[in-house]
Amino acid sequence: MTLDKAKRGSEIQILSISDPHSRSLLMRMGISEGSSVICQEKLPRGPVVLRCKRQEIAVGRKLAQCIHVK
Amino acid sequence: MMSIMSVGCDRQGEPETPPAEACVRRVVLVGNPNVGKSVFFSYLTGIYTEVSNYPGTTIEISSGRSGDDIVMDTPGIYGVSSFNDEERVARDIVLGADVILNVVDAVHLDRDLFLTLQLLDMDIPMVIALNFMDEAQKAGLKIDTARLSEMTGVPVISTIAVKRVGFESLRPALQSARRGHADPQTREQVSPVLGTVKTVAEALLVAEGDEVVSERYGTPPLQHREEIYVRRRQRANDIVGQVVHESGGSRRFASALGRATLNPWTGIPIFLCVLYAIYQIVGVLLAQTIVGFTEDTVMQGHWEPAVRAVVFRWLPEGSVAGTMLAGQFGLLTMTITYLIGLLLPLVAGFYLVLSILEDSGYLPRLAALADRSFTGLGLNGRAVVPIILGFGCITMGTITTRLLGTRREKTIATAILNFAIPCSAQLGVITLLLGRIGVQYAVAYIAVIGTCLVLLGTILHRFLPGESSPLLIDIPPMRLPRLGNVLRKTFFRVASFMKEAYPWFLVGSFLVALMQVTGALVAWQNALSPLTTGWLQLPREASNAFVMGMVRRDFGAAGFASMSLTPPQTLVALVAVTLFVPCIASVMILFKERGKRDAALIWVGSWIAAFGVGGIVSQLIIR
Repeated sequence: MTLDKAKRGSEIQILSISDPHSRSLLMRMGISEGSSVICQEKLPRGPVVLRCKRQEIAVGRKLAQCIHVK
Repeated sequence: MMSIMSVGCDRQGEPETPPAEACVRRVVLVGNPNVGKSVFFSYLTGIYTEVSNYPGTTIEISSGRSGDDIVMDTPGIYGVSSFNDEERVARDIVLGADVILNVVDAVHLDRDLFLTLQLLDMDIPMVIALNFMDEAQKAGLKIDTARLSEMTGVPVISTIAVKRVGFESLRPALQSARRGHADPQTREQVSPVLGTVKTVAEALLVAEGDEVVSERYGTPPLQHREEIYVRRRQRANDIVGQVVHESGGSRRFASALGRATLNPWTGIPIFLCVLYAIYQIVGVLLAQTIVGFTEDTVMQGHWEPAVRAVVFRWLPEGSVAGTMLAGQFGLLTMTITYLIGLLLPLVAGFYLVLSILEDSGYLPRLAALADRSFTGLGLNGRAVVPIILGFGCITMGTITTRLLGTRREKTIATAILNFAIPCSAQLGVITLLLGRIGVQYAVAYIAVIGTCLVLLGTILHRFLPGESSPLLIDIPPMRLPRLGNVLRKTFFRVASFMKEAYPWFLVGSFLVALMQVTGALVAWQNALSPLTTGWLQLPREASNAFVMGMVRRDFGAAGFASMSLTPPQTLVALVAVTLFVPCIASVMILFKERGKRDAALIWVGSWIAAFGVGGIVSQLIIR
């Protein structure tokens, strides 16, 4: 499934990030393909907030649709 | 900033360092956003720069001296490349560095080490400062600094910057800065480029596919970024695995308030409270009480009569020079009153509020919360900052659009600001007039302007080429802002804003004063009157208000306050004057930031919008 479908509070694993630019940006912030993260918060039709260790990252909905997770 | 950049360029132009400069080292501070770099900078140089919580607000670069060394700060970045304006600025400063002080957030070591490892690959002597050691300890993290130093090959010091703990070892550490352990595989991928460029750092960027650096040397960028990044991320994770030991401390990081701001049920009420507080501070206390005192009492009550008395003693009233200096739009009267009496307190108030919001870590949360509403307009959540600032002063908002990701977003945000957002000065008068004519008209006004805003954003989003960048921001923990920091930051921002806006405003006032002296102003008013009386169905004097509105937005609205208008006429006038062209200072900044073509389009467009929408409203409600 894609990240925007993830359930709030669930632990997910990033499988692939199709946009290369966002892939680079996320890799710098600590999230790469294979990382385990927590879906901390989902704003209605808005961004998904991920938590990776002690860090929170807000990912816009459109970008979340290009991130495959499990 | 210009001088700093040119120093960097000179040095790159001359391969052999002159002996006299041999002892002057360029120490560059590099780190992720919100790691406390600026505190290090002010310790080393004694000059203050800003510490901010919103990713991307320190694009201005500060430099200073520490002994023989030149110390330079850079914008917070997650890696060196050319992804956005801040990175481009940081990249060039890093490329000119003799020594790097890499400030790292001990709590977010896994994130920050990516940049650290990239810097190691650049083969520039470096020192790592592990900051926020107190917070790391509270979070139950034990960090083995000796092991970190061993694995990276550079000196590591631990610090708590805000308390200046560990700063005594900063200067000695900088003396023993070393080139660290680069990744051997990356070094191999870089080596073929070494012949074409001057330094390892540049070679690394070419290997990582950096187009700007490649173009400088006329060599095609290589395609190794993905590979290098994956390996670097892996190495960062490995180092964290060996250096950081967790012992289950308290989870202060996901603090209750921080969570509440992001939860849709509590986040929106919190936002409304914040907005109400801002309105009370800026809209009521500042715009009405304080500006009432500074503008009316101090400037118009004391300053202007005094200036007129002095000027008219030497230059007769009504003479060209006398009018230019001390007339209605005089350079010593209106210009100074506007700048000091009105703009200064408002801008100071807005920057004070913005600094508090930034240092508290609230803005990125607000950006996340607002993202949904902004995407339909072709913007992402980051645009909340310029839009909020625009309600204070359009000029201030327009300058802040620099922090948006793409040219497209900057254009859309600038257009929205200049068309549909009334600035605080204007908002004051508008509120007053709406209060007079009743709730149903106030609702109609908000509906018309709101519709225009949404339509404008939607249309631009639809027809501007390219794509807007998606929201991707790091959300820092909520922190209590430090008063000293907030005040100093506000001071430096206000000073730089005034420095930037002041000459443009002077030019604008000069032009209007010139129009007044030459009679062009009257001709202008006459030329405009068919539109105002015929189409908008307003009294003849209304054209005066529009001419005034070109100088200052609230002048336009204020012009209507003194006319006797029916409630429907008031609504028409307010709609037209809100959508009407921005004030002279804003127009000047508009041209500077967006270039001639876009700025001219926005300016002409706002004439059409003001008279088009105003006229339609008029034809609908006035019979």
